[in-house]
Formats: sequence, structure tokens, C-alpha cells
Amino acid sequence: MNIDSIKNGIVIDHIEAGKGMEIYTLLHLDLLDCSVAIIKNVNSQKMGKKDIIKIDSQIDLDMDILGYVSPDATVDIIKDGKLCEKKKMTLPEKLTNVIFCKNPRCITTTEQELPNIFNLTDKKNRVYRCVYCESKGE
Amino acid sequence: MRSVIDIKDLSIKEIEEIIAVAEDIIANPQKYAHKCDGKKLATLFFEPSTRTRLSFEAAMYELGGNVLSVSDANTSSASKGESVSDTAKVVSCYADIIAMRHPKEGAPLVAATNASIPVINAGDGGHNHPTQTLADLLTIHREKGHFDNLTVGFCGDLKFGRTVHSLISALSRYSGIKFVLISPDELKLPGYVKTNLSEMGIEFVETKDLVEVMPDLDILYMTRVQGERFFNEEDYLRLKDSYILTPEKLTTAKYDLCILHPLPRVNEISVAVDDDPRACYFKQVLNGKYMRMSLILKLLEVD
Repeated sequence: MNIDSIKNGIVIDHIEAGKGMEIYTLLHLDLLDCSVAIIKNVNSQKMGKKDIIKIDSQIDLDMDILGYVSPDATVDIIKDGKLCEKKKMTLPEKLTNVIFCKNPRCITTTEQELPNIFNLTDKKNRVYRCVYCESKGE
Repeated sequence: MRSVIDIKDLSIKEIEEIIAVAEDIIANPQKYAHKCDGKKLATLFFEPSTRTRLSFEAAMYELGGNVLSVSDANTSSASKGESVSDTAKVVSCYADIIAMRHPKEGAPLVAATNASIPVINAGDGGHNHPTQTLADLLTIHREKGHFDNLTVGFCGDLKFGRTVHSLISALSRYSGIKFVLISPDELKLPGYVKTNLSEMGIEFVETKDLVEVMPDLDILYMTRVQGERFFNEEDYLRLKDSYILTPEKLTTAKYDLCILHPLPRVNEISVAVDDDPRACYFKQVLNGKYMRMSLILKLLEVD
């Protein structure tokens, strides 16, 4: 399967297989006017299968969302048809309105204008906790 | 603006300073009788509480200050749907410091973020209750003289008991501490608290049998199985009488055991234990007032 290479844009590579659509939604790529391609289940030597997203435009990506959903993903910045920068993701220290607190006793359940903020409390096990009630984020 | 939402907001050094001032208040109450003249404490209690609110109010009056009080959420603007952040901004215009109890976990943090005056968390759901921990710490300090190398038993509701989580968090910072966690399976200490203990290399054991571990304990912290923390009435009724402390169970305890309870008590400590010199829970109530006085002075930056 061939997808045309892009001249000026972004390639999000090494996305965990099956997470491409979730990232597309969370990054609000549906709102873009440019061409966006989601390629699912691409064969990968390193990962077995992976997803790839190609965006035919230079946009600001929310790296925190990307780092949380698929920490092994890479972001390739393409300019004039050439790879000019490759960014690796890291787990973000703080997530705002990416995941939502499910604790029914948390203040965020009644005051819905409050931002849902989670801090990374255990990097090894990828555990985030709500800043208000300290419940584990899921 | 300095607030205290979690006991971890205070360093060991600050806790020692608060204890030292509380001891001085106990020794020289007259010296502190006018320290807060002209200052106002707003007690915003959106959840039923008698003792904590009265303790805060007594603390402020004994410092010479005054109190503005909301003790019933149904008669406050919260019943009209006002947000915690708006309430905090409004009350900041009237008072010098806020003590807030709220059924929703994290509400005092939201208040502290939006208020222009210090906020003290007086209990948020099953989450934190730092001033109860200060009361517990002063009592342990007065009874034992130190915090290190103690074996501390927690008995009853370790899952929802916010006072348990806060005291474990505070004592975890001292060396040689060992915890004995006594509860039914349904009310065990949450996994993340145990993970934190393991990562800090703190020794703890879990058991269902209070009598078996009694001889090992320096401190026994009893808790009430709280009906309001359960979603299911049947679970509450089944577990509420799980652990009741009686004089018979204390026969194997150390002569200098210190028995604590955050109160109110329902039936988990028999009244027959009250006359035992090892029962410290009513001293704990008084110590709570002194620690709240000391904390108010600290946050208002009164010398």
C-alpha cells in the first residue's frame, strides 16, 4: 500500500498498533483542512505492527497527548521533502484534560468546568494520579 | 499565600515548629490570648461535623480572634450551585483564613487555588484530614516523646479512613517506623499507599487479627467504619462491628501502649476502656485544638 510522501508536514511514526485513530481524535486532526492519512497495521521489524499518521502541513502537536497514548511514537518533521527533525516522545509529567477522573467523590465530578489534571507519580508503571483526589487515572 | 491541604504540605521541621508552639500554648495560654485580635476565621463546613468545626472555632476564640461560620451546606450559596472557587473568592473578602470541610475530594485544593487567604483542609471526603494528623502527632509526641522506632497499629477501616492515610504519610518520614495494618479484606489499606511504603523501604504487615498483634504495638489507632463512605448499606452493616476494642483484648498489650481514635466513636472502643490510662483519645481531642491554634498562627504569620 502506497501513500504519497509529503513535502512539508509531519509523520507520526511507531504508533502502537491500534492507537492511530485514538491519537487522530485526541489531537483533533479531524479539524484540519490539509490531507491527513492514518495507516493501520503497517509491518514493522521493531514492533511487529504499527500505525502511522501523515499530516500534510506544519502544525503544533500536543506532545503530551502523544507521549501518554503512545510513548514509543516518533515525530518526523518534513521540510522540502527531507527529514529535518526527529522527535522522540517521553511520558509527560502532567496531563490536562487528556484523561478524566472516574472517582465519584472527586470535586471534578460536580464542578465540570475544572480542568482534569493528572500528575505522573510512577514513571516505571506509567501511573498518573488526579491532583484533586489522588485517584489513579485510567 | 500558604495553605495546608495535605499533611505533606508541611515539612518535618515545620511540624516540629508547630508542635513546639502548641506545647508553649499549653504551658502559657495567656501569652497567646490576644495573638489574633481583629482576625477572622471562616469555617466552611459543607459536610456534617461537630468536633472539627468546634475545635477550629475554639482555637480561634482562644487566640482572641473571631469566627464566621457556615455549618450547613443547605443554607449556604453552595445549595444554589455556587462553585467552590467562587465561594473561596467571596469568603476571601470577609475573612483572614478559611477552614474547609467538603464531601468532595479535592475541594479544599480548589479553594486554596482561588482564595487570596490561607485555606486549611478540615477534611475532604475520604481523602485528607491534615489537622487531625497534627492532633495525632502532638498526642504521640506528648505520650512517647519521639516519632521514630515505633510500631504503629491501625485497626478498622483502612480503606476509606482519611485520618489513617494522612497519619501513615506523616509517620513514614521518620526512621524505624513499622506499621501493622489490621482490617477485614474489604477495608484494607489502598494498594497505592502500600506501594509507597514498599518503595520507601518501610516495614508493614497486614492481618485480620487484632489480638494476635496486640503485644507488638506501641500505638494502636482505632477507626470507625463509616457508613457515609459506603455505596452499599449491606456492606456497611456487615462490616461495622468487625473490630471492637475491649479491656480483655488489652490484657496482652504493652503497659505504655497509646490508644488513639479520631472520634466520633460508635462502638469500636468499649466505654470500659475509657478509664484505662492507655486510652489517649480524649487527650487527642484537646491536642487537636492546640495544634489548630498553632497552625492558624503559622499560616497568619503571627509571631
